[in-house]
Amino acid sequence: MDKKKLGYWLFFIALFLGPLYLTEFRLALMGKFLCFAIVALGICLIWGYTGILSLGHGVYFGLGAYCTAMYLKLEAANGQLPDFMEWSGVSALPAFWVPFSNPIFAIGASLLIPALIAAILGFLTFKNRIKGVYFSLISQAVVVVFVTLFVAKQDWTGGTNGLTNFTTFLGFSLASPLVQIALYMMTVIILGASFALAAALTNSRVGRVLSAVRDGENRVRFLGFNPTSYKVFVYSLSAALAGLAGTLFVLQVGLISPAMMGIIPSIEMVLWAAVGGRHSLIGAILGAVIVNSAKSFFSEAYPDIWSIFLGLLFIIVVMFLPNGIVGAFESWNEKREKAKRKGGTADAADSVVS
Amino acid sequence: MQPILSCRDVRVSFNGFQALQGVNLDVLPQEVRFLIGPNGAGKTTLLDVVCGKTKASDGEVLYRQTENIRKLQEHEIVHLGITRKFQAPSIFANLTVWENLELSLKQKRGLWSVMRAKMTGEDKGKMEAMLLRIGLMEQRHNLAGMLAHGQKQWLEIGMQLMQNPEILLLDEPIAGMSETERHKTGELIHEISETCSVLIVEHDMEFVRNFSKQVTVMHEGKVLCEGTMSEIQQNEQVAEVYLGRRESAC
Repeated sequence: MDKKKLGYWLFFIALFLGPLYLTEFRLALMGKFLCFAIVALGICLIWGYTGILSLGHGVYFGLGAYCTAMYLKLEAANGQLPDFMEWSGVSALPAFWVPFSNPIFAIGASLLIPALIAAILGFLTFKNRIKGVYFSLISQAVVVVFVTLFVAKQDWTGGTNGLTNFTTFLGFSLASPLVQIALYMMTVIILGASFALAAALTNSRVGRVLSAVRDGENRVRFLGFNPTSYKVFVYSLSAALAGLAGTLFVLQVGLISPAMMGIIPSIEMVLWAAVGGRHSLIGAILGAVIVNSAKSFFSEAYPDIWSIFLGLLFIIVVMFLPNGIVGAFESWNEKREKAKRKGGTADAADSVVS
Repeated sequence: MQPILSCRDVRVSFNGFQALQGVNLDVLPQEVRFLIGPNGAGKTTLLDVVCGKTKASDGEVLYRQTENIRKLQEHEIVHLGITRKFQAPSIFANLTVWENLELSLKQKRGLWSVMRAKMTGEDKGKMEAMLLRIGLMEQRHNLAGMLAHGQKQWLEIGMQLMQNPEILLLDEPIAGMSETERHKTGELIHEISETCSVLIVEHDMEFVRNFSKQVTVMHEGKVLCEGTMSEIQQNEQVAEVYLGRRESAC
């Protein structure tokens, strides 16, 4: 157990020291992947631990990103109307944009708005005992609603182009490499903290109630627990993590558009957790980093056919590693230890004979 | 003595099929009551109604003479002290035996209370005593899914007992058990009845004969008769119900 803990510390320290051994370009990519890893942590909590498959986490990621992007846009506009509003012929800032000129409000909202929407959606569905495929379909419908809304209200949201052309964050230039390094390190710290929080949750009694809900929701009711509140809580927590990731993403990438919160990104998020191992928090992080690294490697090396390689990767994982990379490693380790134990007794028997 | 549980004219229909057609039943405190009857008589449905899994379409289910629990949710009924063991062992396969018992502790089950909950020495003592009682001390760190069938049944009974129930509902607790396991379970049930009422659905007549005092016979969604096993064996209606079926089966 302690060996495991040491491994986690080394892993996060190695990530933290990324600026020492990664080029500026690779560091920017890694920063983006680590944002995705935070989303994958949330997916792991709801899917791997509680058995809720959400195909709509793009929405929460996008909402978080938009909240912070609104602040960045207002800072870039410097007291004037954001550029895209002028193009759409808007004459005054819409009222709901006004509070987002405060960075604390914007970042707070990027966590709380996804959490609140998830809580409302979760309460309505879980209370009515909608689960499994039906819940997944509803979560996907929510994506369609939000994407359509964001594209349609071009004068408020920037439409298909989304929000971009930011200049500064709290007065620091986003173009400066030093600021980007600082943002990268912040992302690593936040990822580490989210991991620690998720690990503490899953190792607590609440975590055991969650996995009990996954294995037998009705049984949990007959032990006197109301599964609804537990499911709403964990779903809402995972939405907040996705929103947080969105904030860090928009700060480092400088762009958020409806395409990034659509159905395909939402499904990709689930795949990260599936590839890494949905029952393992560290697996979710590794899955996000590995899948996205593979994606960028293949697209650099084989620009024409890279998506085929990515598809193959998914097929291989689903067919041969149903519990993901970490799951496969764990069962291999178990087998090896069993073999060792068997070997050990065989040796003992031999010594008796000789 | 006042009954702890009374069913008054309980009716259940599934898409027009009348599974229960006005059941009246009283269970006294610390009584072991067996429910028997041919297949489709509505025994399991009656347990489902009492524990809230199925909602009765009509009638009253009174707890301690005053509280009508017919419309309460499952977990609220558990909070009153009515717990249910299902026919197929439904333990949490991916948790250890110890963790299964931990979730079954009598505790405040709200999200915030559970978040702040700590394992006290008292809780540990209770859990260890239960492990001894159900004979799973050695297996406490094994995953519950790896237990033998009979051990799973005992674990589930243990999980219900952890909650100090007032009424324990058991659905065919000895199904799939060996002869010694059956006997042990029967003794366990009598031990349990010192502190709570037990309502058992059972098909195994020998087990009923050995361990019952009061037996209720159900047939086609109604209570046919009540009495001791020997009284029931002499009842003509009961013989007709069972023999009639046997004849038609032949």
